[in-house]
Amino acid sequence: MKVGLFIPCYVDQFYPQIGIASLELLQKLGCEVSFPMDQTCCGQPMANSGYAHLTGGCDANFVANFSEFDYIVCPSGSCTLHVKDHLHSKENEAAATHIRNNVYELTEFLTDVLKVESIEGNFPYKVGMHQSCHGQRGLKLSQMSELNAAPFSKPEQLLTKIKGLELVSLSRKDECCGFGGTFCVTEEAVSVKMGQDRIKDHAAHQVDYITGGDMSCLMHLEGILKRQKSNIKVIHIAEILNSI
Amino acid sequence: MKNTIDHSTAAATFNKDVERVNWHDETLWFVRSKRDKSAHAIPEWETLRETASNIKNNVLSNMHHYLQEFEEKAKENGIIVHWAADGDEHNKIVHSIIAKHGVTQMVKSKSMLTEECHLNEYLADNGVEVIDSDLGEFIVQLRKEPPSHIVLPAIHLKKEDVSDTFHEHLGTEKGNNNPQYLTEAARKELRDTFLTRKVALTGVNFAVAETGEFVVCTNEGNADMGAHLADVHIACMGFEKLVPQRKHLGVFLRLLARSATGQPITTFSSHFKKPREGQEMHIVIVDNGRSTQLGREEFRNSLKCIRCGACMNTCPVYRRSGGHSYHNAVAGPIGSILAPNLDMKKNADLPFASTLCGSCTNVCPVKIDIHDQLYKWRQVLVKEGYTPTSKTVAMKGMSAVLANPTVFKIAGKAGRFVIKNMPFMVNNSMNAWYNQREMPTPPQESFREWYAKKQKESKDKK
Amino acid sequence: MSSRDSILNKIKSNQPSSVNELPDLSVLGLEKFDVIETYKTVLKGIGGFCEEVSSLDEVKNYIATHYPTEKRMITTITELADIAETDWTNDDPHSLQNVELAVIKAHLGVAENSGLWVTDAILGQRVSPFIPQYLAIIVNKKDIVPTMQQAYERIGAIDYGFGTFIAGPSKTADIEQSLVLGAHGARGLTVFLMD
Repeated sequence: MKVGLFIPCYVDQFYPQIGIASLELLQKLGCEVSFPMDQTCCGQPMANSGYAHLTGGCDANFVANFSEFDYIVCPSGSCTLHVKDHLHSKENEAAATHIRNNVYELTEFLTDVLKVESIEGNFPYKVGMHQSCHGQRGLKLSQMSELNAAPFSKPEQLLTKIKGLELVSLSRKDECCGFGGTFCVTEEAVSVKMGQDRIKDHAAHQVDYITGGDMSCLMHLEGILKRQKSNIKVIHIAEILNSI
Repeated sequence: MKNTIDHSTAAATFNKDVERVNWHDETLWFVRSKRDKSAHAIPEWETLRETASNIKNNVLSNMHHYLQEFEEKAKENGIIVHWAADGDEHNKIVHSIIAKHGVTQMVKSKSMLTEECHLNEYLADNGVEVIDSDLGEFIVQLRKEPPSHIVLPAIHLKKEDVSDTFHEHLGTEKGNNNPQYLTEAARKELRDTFLTRKVALTGVNFAVAETGEFVVCTNEGNADMGAHLADVHIACMGFEKLVPQRKHLGVFLRLLARSATGQPITTFSSHFKKPREGQEMHIVIVDNGRSTQLGREEFRNSLKCIRCGACMNTCPVYRRSGGHSYHNAVAGPIGSILAPNLDMKKNADLPFASTLCGSCTNVCPVKIDIHDQLYKWRQVLVKEGYTPTSKTVAMKGMSAVLANPTVFKIAGKAGRFVIKNMPFMVNNSMNAWYNQREMPTPPQESFREWYAKKQKESKDKK
Repeated sequence: MSSRDSILNKIKSNQPSSVNELPDLSVLGLEKFDVIETYKTVLKGIGGFCEEVSSLDEVKNYIATHYPTEKRMITTITELADIAETDWTNDDPHSLQNVELAVIKAHLGVAENSGLWVTDAILGQRVSPFIPQYLAIIVNKKDIVPTMQQAYERIGAIDYGFGTFIAGPSKTADIEQSLVLGAHGARGLTVFLMD
């Protein structure tokens, strides 16, 4: 099984340890993984700002980098969703379609494709799970609190397999953190307030770590936590799942 | 038109009073929680939403027929039917009915349409005094403010604010903040209004094509008190309020109040089919941009909205920015997809006042894809030139770099590109992030640098 | 062109080219539950009172002991003529402003939301359930249906000038979401469930 590792541009530049953890984790689980060196960005930053018409170059580059793989796996629900919903190619729509159908967020790849039953891992901390909205409501990685439907959570299904990890139950289990791409600066006041409120919920449950599948949410929360000089740390779920 | 303060500026002001924002957020979250509890108690809830959505899709696709059917039946029932192309014509029609009866006062129950058309201001300019009888609307009217929520018009106010307002206007005890006491004072005041007004205006929640009747839902009974005591009842409706048949009301009445406040149904769901003996009943059917929206394929289904307000209560941005920051009669997520249709320039900021979290879409009882439409409006507004040039320049620069791996790699030594260009930095001094947040520390090497090194090492080993 | 015609023309050209089918409603409202118990629970939850009775005499007794009978009472039920006025139905509706209690009948009730369906055929006057300080409604237990789906099946195509579902007393929560009963209409609702 040939897996192309798709690492979001900001993760590549700021959080290399998440890329490393994702790579090692997939390798441990028996995948043949490579990271196409010419990948840049999925184009979501432009598209969500209303500039989807400028993403043709990103799309073409993405298709060129990832069309050869059986699966494309990404440690970000948000970037995965963008590719799934919006990737197209004038030159090679068949390849774009193949990618759209075979791009997976890391945890859903583990639960749905690899059907992972157990994970060797040790993380003796109290952890709060921050659901990214794109992962949850977009990719349906876990059930949404608004719907009258049976609960499930792919990331939590994996986290509960990790030794020592105590997962807390939040008061508002799937409220948005307020990152929202450019929203975090164009609507700075609301964005920060949302982040502070999300942190309050985790803090009230005495977590050591806030984890999640999207580092963009966590980067925003981390920025606020650091400013508050809080002891709570953020950690991407790939790092926990690769914690041995 | 007054100068419009854009959403983010108004929201920043709203956020200066942290305690009030917390209160606003928690109060609306409480309403959202009541909605969840109520919705989750109905096993077939999701089927109901799907059914309602399909009924409304049918209505939108057959509007031309249903409107004529409704008009014909309403006329047979003895109702006088008027048509208004826009807000101005709507206001003139209402005024002409009032003027014909030679009165200068009217009582009005909640109608977001009349807010949209600015009817109160128009009538005031023409010497007609309007009193809003819904308690929340009565409060904001006394304060000369617009409602901040379509279902909970005074949700931005604390009981102390209401107490001060009532003390000033109704002479209630200063400092008596008891909601029971304050409501009683309004009841006494408005009872007198109901008993003395010859003309009553109401909104319309649903209009039935098959029978020519219309339904008005209230908890207070204010629409009924007005309509059943007045000589003239004027009901104003956007044309999208239609449902095909009476039996379809069952679906919508099961969804409306549960979605809005978590109640199983509003206290009163009144079906007006014919004027009572000796009474005159009018219906004003209003377009005001709706037929244009009907023609926008990507946005047409926003017209399915039944004005329950669930998307506002669940919206994490609305809860922390308040209804007034949306500078539109209908605030929140649904307002943000309706408003650009009315005025793209004035409302270009609204589709961006969202994180696209998608909670609105999930609570919507008629399954409007609200957050997808917010995304689509962004594309339209950019293409139509309603975003700042500087942003466009920055986005073009960024997309050029991201489309070119070689340039990106040069630009992207650990952290450099992101710090300079990342979407959340575009067209902003660093301050907007740094103001209340730290930036991540750039690492020694990027992932791709680490990966290249590893690849080289393993090749060298071989 | 009149606004009517120009609106209709624009709608005709802008609406989708083919008509979406109407959904099947017969799949809704099939849940099984104890209709009377649910009715009572829901009514209580929204601030109404419920009394199970087997005769109008019981209704009379209840009213005599629970309401200030020295104040003005009206009813549409001739059997209650000795405790309430019955000759008000042709009066000016404004003259009902001093009514303390109105006692009326409902055609049917709905268990899922405790709503009671009344039309002007049994209201005496349209304003009668709204203007009194208190309201009492008698409904037969056999006329309680599970959901709104069955309610509209029962209502069918009957003609009326005005009809309304009444669920509980008039209420508001417009001041800080604090629930207050008796906004403009009745401050209290008693439902007599008749065997």
